[in-house]
Amino acid sequence: MTDIPFLSLAIWIPILGGLLTLATGPDRNARMARTVALLAAILGFAVTLPLYIRFDAASAAMQFREQAPWIAHFNIHYALGIDGISLWFILLNAFITIVVVLAGWRIIQSRVAQYMAAFLIMSGLMNGIFAALDGVLFYVFFEASLIPLYLIIGIWGGPNRVHAAIKFFLFTLAGSLLMLLALLYLYNVSHSFDILAWRHTGLGMTAQSLIFFAFLAAFGVKVPMWPVHTWLPDAHVEAPTGGSVALAAIALKLGAYGFVRFSLPIAPDAAVVWAPLVITLSLVAVVYIGFVALAQTDMKKLVAYSSISHMGFVTLGFFMHNQLGLEGALIQMISHGFVSAAMFLCIGVLYDRMHSRQIADYGGVVNTMPKFAAFFMLFAMANAGLPATSGFVGEFTVILGAVQYNFWIGLLAATTLVLGAAYTLWMYKRVVFGAVANEQVAGLADIGAREFLILAVLAACVLAMGLYPFPFTEVMHASVDQLLEHVAAGKLTPRP
Amino acid sequence: MNFVAPELYPATAEILVALMALALMLATAFARGCARPLAYALAQITLAAAAFATLLTLGVDARHTFNGTFVHDLLGGLLKLAVYLAMAIALLYGRAWLAARRLDRPEYYLLAILMTLGMMVMIAANHLLTLYIGLEMMSLSLYALVAFDRDAARSTEAGMKYFVLGALASGLLLYGMSMIYGATGALELPAIAQAVSGQSAREPVLLLGLVFLVAGISFKLGVVPFHMWAPDVYQGAPTAVTLILATAPKFAALALAARLLPGGLPGLAAHWQTMLMLVAAASLILGNLAALAQHNIKRMLAYSGISHMGFMLLGLLSGVVEGQNGLATDAYGGALFYVIAYVLMSLAAFGMVILLSRAGFEAENIEDFKGLNRRSPWFAILMLFVMFSMAGIPFFIGFFAKFAVLQSAIAAGHYWLAALAIVMSLIGAFYYLRIVKLMYFDEPAGNAPLQAPAGMQIMLSVNGLAIAALGLAPEMLFALCAQAMRTSIVGG
Repeated sequence: MTDIPFLSLAIWIPILGGLLTLATGPDRNARMARTVALLAAILGFAVTLPLYIRFDAASAAMQFREQAPWIAHFNIHYALGIDGISLWFILLNAFITIVVVLAGWRIIQSRVAQYMAAFLIMSGLMNGIFAALDGVLFYVFFEASLIPLYLIIGIWGGPNRVHAAIKFFLFTLAGSLLMLLALLYLYNVSHSFDILAWRHTGLGMTAQSLIFFAFLAAFGVKVPMWPVHTWLPDAHVEAPTGGSVALAAIALKLGAYGFVRFSLPIAPDAAVVWAPLVITLSLVAVVYIGFVALAQTDMKKLVAYSSISHMGFVTLGFFMHNQLGLEGALIQMISHGFVSAAMFLCIGVLYDRMHSRQIADYGGVVNTMPKFAAFFMLFAMANAGLPATSGFVGEFTVILGAVQYNFWIGLLAATTLVLGAAYTLWMYKRVVFGAVANEQVAGLADIGAREFLILAVLAACVLAMGLYPFPFTEVMHASVDQLLEHVAAGKLTPRP
Repeated sequence: MNFVAPELYPATAEILVALMALALMLATAFARGCARPLAYALAQITLAAAAFATLLTLGVDARHTFNGTFVHDLLGGLLKLAVYLAMAIALLYGRAWLAARRLDRPEYYLLAILMTLGMMVMIAANHLLTLYIGLEMMSLSLYALVAFDRDAARSTEAGMKYFVLGALASGLLLYGMSMIYGATGALELPAIAQAVSGQSAREPVLLLGLVFLVAGISFKLGVVPFHMWAPDVYQGAPTAVTLILATAPKFAALALAARLLPGGLPGLAAHWQTMLMLVAAASLILGNLAALAQHNIKRMLAYSGISHMGFMLLGLLSGVVEGQNGLATDAYGGALFYVIAYVLMSLAAFGMVILLSRAGFEAENIEDFKGLNRRSPWFAILMLFVMFSMAGIPFFIGFFAKFAVLQSAIAAGHYWLAALAIVMSLIGAFYYLRIVKLMYFDEPAGNAPLQAPAGMQIMLSVNGLAIAALGLAPEMLFALCAQAMRTSIVGG
């Protein structure tokens, strides 16, 4: 029983499911396409459950290892495995895929099979990114996942979708091509593409710095960090709801995950030496982008900027080089996966009815959509980091870590609690409360059973994570401790 | 003096193709009513039979014949098989297109077969003169093919342009060869290599000759600064001929480059590598930047081809580092892999252009790809494969081609060249993305159904799927390319 390749299943079931969905063909078979896609998404989620159940939280080693030669000529392997850091992202990804399929159930009417297939294939590729232990395999999944997202934004997006899709693609491609150079350099030094072996590859300071910056370019664009964040608001605004959800919940995590899997362990000394730089960029993202979010008039843009600000928190936590910071950042990533997904879904609910994302077009929604307003309230609070929601756990832990590192950095980071509350709740107030703004709002229908189900499940996740984060943190400890020890030891003595 | 009859066995395939070319000429002259289908069938049979003969005579060890002027080795076998395949596919794709324009005259197939023979001789050359004869045979057939639509001004103009520039390039090459001969006293490639490494050759003459050789090779590969013919000729030639022009001759050009430079002049590696570096860098920059500005898909693919050949050179120039050729197998193998990948993608891309054309309508503008996803989701996704593969996005073969040559460049320490290639492939990604954008994000201009014979549709599908399949499992092809280069060029 132990040798069922769960990771391979988690990668290939959604991809094959996507191809199967594609095979249902034109829109007259839309019902079948939706059903096949949903079944594939559920099956894809089901095969990730054993990963959590059988996971040994006490071990920092890679688990569920799979290894087979892929391109022996270059010593490239099909090597998979997860540790406490990557485990939750695979579960999150598989879960969000179901949400995305359901979210597009009614609203997507043209090219349904292609829509569903793109999401399923992307989901599989992203699982591949989180599970890959071979540099080339990682890169292949990392790059290939651009294709479905490019199509999703470009085909089903808003009026300015073409510009957004191409900008998204070229920005992220620019970063990842530099990473390819770094991977090839590492191969020439170590004659291997084994990510774990690279942890122990001896590298001088110059080499480490160059590798560090190559990774920074690749992952920084993907996170996205200030000042290369400009593609994200465009992509979010133009993407369909499902696209925004997948982008915010999963795609943004890829960059942050890359920092933990590549930058920190492979170039530990550079990660320490250049930490002030990354911390500065992260603080700019947290504070400056927080203010930018405050000024938005478009709900989706506001949440997009809020995502950048929250992801700034994540990169901040990584480069504190202490346990609180790193674990807090990881929790923040998972929490942001739930919360941002829920926020975009809520905006999607409104958009489906009103076809407007402008805050000014709304007002008094609570009068016509009370159930929706209650859910939206919860998620807005979670986005602002209210205690007892998942948003609080991560932010608070990162702030603790930051204070431990340097009080003033901690203080600046803590402004996010004020800013986050300000932009989220102010938007909430303008949209939901007050007098009914216009005829259209007066005619709104409250959420139906399908929408209720999606939002209720996400609400349960947000609350559960806020009240009892133990299952999330438990699995991380061993891996995080090992990583921190490794970074602290470094590759060079004495450290420059 | 005894006359010794040369051993013909290693040249079975060449002899077969030559005889079949004559048979084709005679048969179509006498078969009045069915000359056109007969010529097509004979051409395909010739290619199949040649493939069979090549495989049958291929051994692990190289076989020499005709007094050492001819060699049948693993590299030659592999390249010849690739040529047959590319030609067979190109003839298949082009057939209906030509028929719709009344261009499918028997001479077309005859010229294609003669051109194949020229490429085979080039690939099998072990001697400067054999190389040159093969090259001329290929080029002369191609000049005629480019001008095949003789009533169209564009086609004849392209033919003229190609002929004048091509003749000049052949002249340069021949001039270079004569200098090499003057400096080394040898015409056989192994003897030249020996003379150069034995330092019995006179350096200045040798270097001057080398410059002319590199110029000639660059012309045949279509790289900057000898690229000027490519966009005009690609655009002017009938699309079916462009398809031929952009594919099989690249194998012959690679054979020319590999046999002459690393094969014949390894001792001068430091010099020709520097020249190729400049050529590669210029091709990458100009090819990608110029492709951005094109609205004609044939011109765009021509410029993209220039940049691809520049990329391929990264492999060819990374084999020898400080006189050591420890990295050569991977580097040259990578270049060979790149050419195979490029030809596969190019066949599919031009095949797609032919697919979208119909009688009285040429799908030459990139706008003609608009809304292809609405008209045919299947061919849209295949074209998406081709475009992303050309852009070097995994999981497609184009990614591993770029991967292999970049790896060689970095192993050889050419970091700046690798970085330049990376930046340029980012720029290149834009114009490939634009095609995908047109196919998927825009609405179709017309709703005319795609008319193409089933055979072509099936082959095009196989072609597109091969790009994806070889991207998932490139191992075998890599190993084969490296093996071929090791036994035939690197030695040992």
